[in-house]
Amino acid sequence: MKAILLLEDGTVFEGKSFGAKGYKCGEVVFNTSMAGYQEILTDPSYHEQIITMAYPLIGNYGTNKQDWESKKNFVSGFIVKENCNYPSNWRNQQSLSDYLKENNIVGLEGIDTRALVKHIRTLGAMRGIISSDEFNIKTLKQKLDEYPGLVGRDIVKNVTSKKPYKWDKGVIDVLENKELKPEKKYKVVALDFGIKQNILRLLRSHGCEVLVVPAKTSAADILAKKPDGVFLSNGPGDPAPVDYAVDNVRKLLGKVPIFGICLGHQILSLALGAKTYKLKFGHRGANHPVMNLRTGQIEITSQNHGFCVDMDSLAHKDVELTHLNLNDKTNEGLFSKKLKAFSVQYHPEASPGPHDSNYLFNDFIKLMKKA
Amino acid sequence: MPKRKDIHKILIIGSGPIVIGQGCEFDYSGTQGCKALKQQGYKVVLVNSNPATIMTDPEVADKTYIEPITPEIIEMIIAKEKPDSLLPTLGGQTGLNAAVALAERGILKKYGVRMIGADLKTIKKAEERDLFKQTIIDCGLEVPKSGYAHSWEEAKKVVEEIGFPAIIRPSYTLGGTGGNVAYNLDEYKKYIDWGLSLSPNKQVLVEESVIGWKEYELEVMRDKKDNVVIVCSIENLDPMGIHTGDSVTVAPAQTLTDKEYQIMRDASLKIIRAIGVETGGSNIQFAVNPADGKLYVIEMNPRVSRSSALASKATGFPIAKIASLLAVGMTLDEIPNDITKKTPACFEPTIDYCVVKWPRFTFEKFPKTNPNLTVQMKSVGEAMAIGRTFKEAFQKAIRSLEIDRYSLDNKYIDASLSKTQLRDKLRLFCWDKLWYVAEAIRRGFSTEELFDLTKIDPWFLDNIKDIIKFEDKIKKKAAKSKALSKDELQKAKELGFSDKYLANLFGVPENDFRLNRIEQGVKAVYKMVDTCGAEFEATTPYLYSTYEKECEANPTTRKKIIILGGGPNRIGQGIEFDYCCVHAAFALKEIGIESIMVNCNPETVSTDYDTSDRLYFEPLTFEDVMSIVEKEKPDGVIVQFGGQTPLKLAVPLEKAGVKIIGTSPDSIDLAEDRKRFNALVKKLKFRQPDSGTAYNYEQTLKIANKLGYPLLVRPSFVLGGRAMRVVYDELELKNCFAEAMEVSGEHPILIDQFLGEATEMDVDAICDGKHVVIGGLMEHIEEAGVHSGDSACSLPPVTISKKVLKQVIEQTKKLAMELKVRGLINIQFAIKNDEVFILEVNPRASRTIPFVSKSIGVPLAKLAAKIMAGMTLEELNFTKEVEISHYCVKEAVFPFLKFPGIDTILGPEMLSTGEVMGISDDFGRAYAKSQIATSNTLPESGKVFFSIKDSDKPRAVEVAKSLYGMGFKIMATKGTCIEFIKNNIPSEFVLKVYEGRPNIVDNIINKDIDLIINTAIGKQSILDSFSIRRSALDRQVPYVTTIRGAVAVAKAIEAVKGHKLKVKPIQAYYKKGNKK
Repeated sequence: MKAILLLEDGTVFEGKSFGAKGYKCGEVVFNTSMAGYQEILTDPSYHEQIITMAYPLIGNYGTNKQDWESKKNFVSGFIVKENCNYPSNWRNQQSLSDYLKENNIVGLEGIDTRALVKHIRTLGAMRGIISSDEFNIKTLKQKLDEYPGLVGRDIVKNVTSKKPYKWDKGVIDVLENKELKPEKKYKVVALDFGIKQNILRLLRSHGCEVLVVPAKTSAADILAKKPDGVFLSNGPGDPAPVDYAVDNVRKLLGKVPIFGICLGHQILSLALGAKTYKLKFGHRGANHPVMNLRTGQIEITSQNHGFCVDMDSLAHKDVELTHLNLNDKTNEGLFSKKLKAFSVQYHPEASPGPHDSNYLFNDFIKLMKKA
Repeated sequence: MPKRKDIHKILIIGSGPIVIGQGCEFDYSGTQGCKALKQQGYKVVLVNSNPATIMTDPEVADKTYIEPITPEIIEMIIAKEKPDSLLPTLGGQTGLNAAVALAERGILKKYGVRMIGADLKTIKKAEERDLFKQTIIDCGLEVPKSGYAHSWEEAKKVVEEIGFPAIIRPSYTLGGTGGNVAYNLDEYKKYIDWGLSLSPNKQVLVEESVIGWKEYELEVMRDKKDNVVIVCSIENLDPMGIHTGDSVTVAPAQTLTDKEYQIMRDASLKIIRAIGVETGGSNIQFAVNPADGKLYVIEMNPRVSRSSALASKATGFPIAKIASLLAVGMTLDEIPNDITKKTPACFEPTIDYCVVKWPRFTFEKFPKTNPNLTVQMKSVGEAMAIGRTFKEAFQKAIRSLEIDRYSLDNKYIDASLSKTQLRDKLRLFCWDKLWYVAEAIRRGFSTEELFDLTKIDPWFLDNIKDIIKFEDKIKKKAAKSKALSKDELQKAKELGFSDKYLANLFGVPENDFRLNRIEQGVKAVYKMVDTCGAEFEATTPYLYSTYEKECEANPTTRKKIIILGGGPNRIGQGIEFDYCCVHAAFALKEIGIESIMVNCNPETVSTDYDTSDRLYFEPLTFEDVMSIVEKEKPDGVIVQFGGQTPLKLAVPLEKAGVKIIGTSPDSIDLAEDRKRFNALVKKLKFRQPDSGTAYNYEQTLKIANKLGYPLLVRPSFVLGGRAMRVVYDELELKNCFAEAMEVSGEHPILIDQFLGEATEMDVDAICDGKHVVIGGLMEHIEEAGVHSGDSACSLPPVTISKKVLKQVIEQTKKLAMELKVRGLINIQFAIKNDEVFILEVNPRASRTIPFVSKSIGVPLAKLAAKIMAGMTLEELNFTKEVEISHYCVKEAVFPFLKFPGIDTILGPEMLSTGEVMGISDDFGRAYAKSQIATSNTLPESGKVFFSIKDSDKPRAVEVAKSLYGMGFKIMATKGTCIEFIKNNIPSEFVLKVYEGRPNIVDNIINKDIDLIINTAIGKQSILDSFSIRRSALDRQVPYVTTIRGAVAVAKAIEAVKGHKLKVKPIQAYYKKGNKK
């Protein structure tokens, strides 16, 4: 059973199909994490993206309900070197291919994924179409031509929750099966641009009462909830067209402590007057070194972003650049003491990835405590 | 943080001789460490007793002491060199133990030396079980239940709490020596006694068994600013209960979700901080219950280790180098990633391939020992393979082992086993279990049943099942005489099937199959090991093969030479050959030729991406080498440096049109082919023992009758005296014939007249076709009949007359010219009654090359490589022999302690794993140092026990006289005692073991004996005296098993008695040598 990937530059990768049948367009990106494919698949930030896993053996431990990062799937396709149909793990509930089938995700396996990763690394992330039922290149090319790509489009609206909801689940210790739910001390409104559930779990486990609200919720509505702090979530695509959120955040600045992650970081930056730009092929993995510029300490971080905040554009603003990516020296975090707002480009909630940056949730708590 | 300015001179302690559990990985890490620190401008003082290491090359450290690694000796070095710092974490357990001893004896304090990297407190926290246990518990983590025992009484109490099975681990021993699993009280008593006797501080840990759990390892690094990264995760295919050194292991971890992996990562971070490893690398081992994920912390090594070497090779992240830089205060973000150049070393490598490490065993050398695997390490080496899938890497690893197995085929095992017998095999931890697993899969065993029997994770079992399924498909095609389609061929190669096995299934020659495959367009491509899963561009060509679309090899158009390495370490072929390969790479670099290394041994310096211009981490088989040759199109291939492994490939490679440089394969054949060689010796009018070759027993017997006994019987084309025996009668001949024949394969077996009582010599020389220069003349301490690799030797010779030496030199030169040697040649001679006999000629790098090079201060292997590349000895300015005024003694180190129940007597089959060198201005002291370095420290007074075979008695009298004269008390068994008394040597009579009690073994156990001299001949006598040698070994009483050894011992004792030994760096010896 065949499946192919056609890239916008005409390159074709042909392999075997697994998961669902069909075709889908998206931006083709790669992730270098060796584990954590389930969290990646369920991260709404990957909306409209076809993910290539750099690590060749995927599906080894199957999937389970505990490790989901959202209720739904938003990815456009999933590409691996070798999919494992005999998962082995004490928490496994369903094989990866069954999971993809059930969630209607088209998978492609058996291609030279390293060649594809190098292709993207060299030429940049590009549009592509993954297909397991249509193989006529001309037809696929047409469909791909119709796909607009990510730049300049608001795709947050596809992934944000339609209605506000309360979140009350904490982080679960998977070995002890214990949930960490301390007493609620702070009220946090989380703006959902495509939020990962582990952020919500961590907020809850740090003693927050969490209310998740749709991306377009106005500043006034948010303030009306009398939150101790506002959280700006991660999410997919280009931050620039999410101007409504930028406007709202601008209105919130100084009125309530703010913490942003990933797209939330970009939105906060835009609200502070910065500019963002598209990276050549983005940062997606669980091994990126980030220096905390205040302490000089290095955090190994989980990353997933294709756009980035232009540091120069923040130069004359009253903000402190707090974190720096040591691989390519791009901005990873900022803090405005005056406005009691801070944000990071990477993912302190991990899932998947190291827990080195967990302390940022404490920082948020401290900030709310002070305010 | 920049490097520390308060550090100027750093002492590094090496790991000493290669032993089981401590291989050449510490040469790899030590060399990296020395180089890195020197580059930073620090003065480096090194002590290591092992001459066969790159780290003891005179350029690597500023001052190099090839001296025994004991606190006394190191104190002398400290007093002389006055280092301000000691880096204790590069020299394995030996280095760490030595550092602990120096600290505890107050020596470091006395001379103002501070430990960097890890201090005494940290080392103790990691090494001492109760401290470790408490630290782990304080971290909120768990360890298996355990307790310490210092006596049988305590041990009994501990096991009452823990229950059976119980794991017994003696404290402070290497590679888990003395570790065992006891299932009942009888076994428990036995292992406790043994463990207590082995532990230097008479302490054993008894631990709850988690046999059958999953085993993981994480390699962790920490810097001064408390940045911590995980370099690599390793999952063991074999479950807990098998020492990780003996387990097939895989990187990265395969069957953990991110959640579970992060729990382990968090734990590792907590542990390295709590133990307090300030800077550097550590290895942390975990056990995971496959049923519920429960996590136990098993062990932590606060130093570089075998696993860290593996992790470095598996990821391209040089742990030892970086650990050294961190030790002097640099931080991870200040050190660049060598491979990408642009990104820093403070990251966690991510890989896009799968790595499989497979241990190499040599149970065939020790037929009397139990070959099942336990918590004590028994393997002598390892091979690593890289593939894009586990299946590919797994099958590549099999053929990397060089055990003449190229697949999971059942021809390698007894395939006629019944299902019940097969189940029994699967329950045992035997070294070749995976072939039984494959067979069980063929017979339809379910994954569940196999998991129940073996506790190998189902993920691995199902992967193996995929391989077997495809094998079945191929077999069915072959049975119908149908060829594989291109797609099937591609798939087979993707799964890692070797050409050799596939060709075999189709009944065609391997090369025909290979050529056909290439014609069909199914070719290997090469991918890079780049630390980052292709996220960044890599600049270091560190490559592995796979069967995919894109090839990243990008060969250059430079003049280039491929060096074939030696593969996994084994007895007979170890670090010495890697040393030579590394020198070849350095030499080529010096003369502007691109060096391309091919090897599959992760422990070595040769597989450091820094050593050669390009590195192919590949199996050393015809198929894999040819693929590289076809890709690189080199100007030549060097086969003479890697031992027997590449040498075996010489002829097939040449036949396939590959240019072998240096001595021609025809000359190699001339030296190895008995008939051709005999004709040559005859032509030159030299002598050799009479001999014959035989293909069957009839021929063998005929030759035996013609030559008369004793005879030396051996296979051809083997290294390390594999299956070599001295036989005294027809019965013994019959017994050893079959094995020799089997090992010899298609080649004949060789039968030589055995020259008893002869002195053996080893000569290494170098030849460019015009001139021959002798590198070194070595006199063996032990008599002919003891394998040259097992015999101690002295350079220069001690007892051989000038006249004989002249003959030896002349014969060596003539033979080298006659064999048209271009490079190195090694010849073994026997001297009997001043007559010279040629025993063996090897026109290649020998095991003694590093020893000779260190002795004379000339890098012979480097020179030889340059000669192979076309230079002359004149151009290299090496036309005259180096005369030295000091003595160098090489002594062998044996793994007997690891194998309970085996004899320590020496013979023609090589059994040693490593070597040490003693160096001094006279022979006696050099020999004494060599003995100290092998932990056979000779007494200066006390009781000497003799039990001597008749033919040795005259010389035993001399030895006894000499020792008596020095004040030793003499004890002897009946015959020997009578002989002594006859010669006016007062001697106390002791019973042999079968003569009643109290006997000699009682004396040994009661610590009543300080030195044992025991020689025996003939089956019965050897059997009778076995318990003497074994108890001497187990109780660590110095012993000698040859009379010549005893003579040397007497000389050594005389030389050191009352005189303090002195230390001197090798650089100082060379200066002196050059002036002469």
